[in-house]
Amino acid sequence: MSIRVEHVSKSFSAYPALNDVSLTFNDGEFVALLGPSGSGKTTLLRILAGLEVPEEGRVRFGERDVTGDKPASRGIGFVFQHYALFGHMTVEKNIAFGLDVMPRGPRPTKRDIGRRVEQLLGLVQLPGLGKRYPSQLSGGQRQRVALARALAREPRILLLDEPFGALDAKVRRELRVALRQIHDELGLTSIFVTHDQEEAFALADRVALLNQGRIEQFAAPAEMQSGPASAFVREFLD
Amino acid sequence: MTASGLREPPAAKALLILAAVAYVAIMLLLPLGAVLFEALRHGWNAWWAAVVDPDARASIRLTLIVAAISVPLNTVFGIAAAWAIAKFHFRGKSALIAFIELPFSVSPVVSGLVFVLLFGAQGWFGPWLERHDIRIIFALPGLVLATLFVTFPFVARQLIPLMSAQGRADEEAALTLGASGWQTFWRVTLPNIKFGLLYGVLLCNARAMGEFGAVSVVSGHIRGETNTMPLQVEALYNDYDFVAAFAVASLLALLALVTLALKSALEWRYGDELRARH
Repeated sequence: MSIRVEHVSKSFSAYPALNDVSLTFNDGEFVALLGPSGSGKTTLLRILAGLEVPEEGRVRFGERDVTGDKPASRGIGFVFQHYALFGHMTVEKNIAFGLDVMPRGPRPTKRDIGRRVEQLLGLVQLPGLGKRYPSQLSGGQRQRVALARALAREPRILLLDEPFGALDAKVRRELRVALRQIHDELGLTSIFVTHDQEEAFALADRVALLNQGRIEQFAAPAEMQSGPASAFVREFLD
Repeated sequence: MTASGLREPPAAKALLILAAVAYVAIMLLLPLGAVLFEALRHGWNAWWAAVVDPDARASIRLTLIVAAISVPLNTVFGIAAAWAIAKFHFRGKSALIAFIELPFSVSPVVSGLVFVLLFGAQGWFGPWLERHDIRIIFALPGLVLATLFVTFPFVARQLIPLMSAQGRADEEAALTLGASGWQTFWRVTLPNIKFGLLYGVLLCNARAMGEFGAVSVVSGHIRGETNTMPLQVEALYNDYDFVAAFAVASLLALLALVTLALKSALEWRYGDELRARH
């Protein structure tokens, strides 16, 4: 699903986190929000999720204006840097959470939920680990569970906040490949936040480079490298 | 450097341990033993007779009622306050934290007097209450109010650091997964804090049942009616009825021991839970 961000501004106690940002993400695109810390990339992602509300501007998913919508009704999946798995629930229960909290009418039966959980565990390559608790998994496995949980309600848009930030280099590479495969297989529109240029360029179709609450450049990696739009872009890529 | 690398003289180590153990024995265990000894000085029958005395039974019932009202109220308030403080940013937050802790630094007698000043016969709302035939001071409502005031901070103080450390990510995850506010609270927030909450409730209950100063001011000391257990102990002691006084006191001491045991058990469980989370 395409996403349009129109003239969005947001500030936290006086300092502007986002300053009149406009962007369009195409349907099926895999986009990285790249920038130094404090550049506003996480704020932009959280506004897309509905976890923050912009002071000005609109956000549209397709033709629908979702600016004032709650996270629950946006049809998104969100993956947090530190997983945010529910420590008192098994992996199965974590993945099923989004389905378990649905109102009785549209909620799938217990058996269907069980089948869906199995299918998701397969998708993130963790078959058979459903009965474990998050504390019994490695960091990479936990982030896979978080990914499966975010996909349970079949969102069209996947938002990831520094999804590899807490992982070591080898696990990070494996998870990147897995994420890209899942993105392509499910036909998602995915947006992830990173401060790692190499990661953004390796994974994303297009990269939005942010600095001090503004978009410096929004382009494909090759294009950004061959024609940096500003001095900041040139310096950041060095 | 490790502890064993400190190489303090063995004599100093032995002396420190001895001092600590002796202090605990003299200041804590001896009085506790004395209470039990005095309570049972004339045997189990005398103890039992003192405990089932109508006035003693009335004081036990009153103490339980006061705790049964004030502990749940302060539990709900404590969760709400801790939630607001730990998960949101707002102006005056540090002032709110300071006010929550106020009952710890105010003398309990003052805490009781405040309510006499407000609701007593000569108090601000006294005449109005009298006209409408509502009794607060020297009655159950006054006892509950004084207990609420004194036990105000226990749950909130236990939860604020815990909820601050946990942050908002779990709740945000639940919201992005489609959970409502209530579902998030019951399925995510509450399980995350349950051991800390139990611990706070336990301490709150121990204080609610054991409070003397604040309830003493608002009680009026009517035996069989407005005397809680601690007040009944004092009344019996002033009557030179030592066996009865120590018998009721032994029940309070028992409560302390049960609280201590439950607290230790919780710390054991709770520590486990914390380790599992990281």
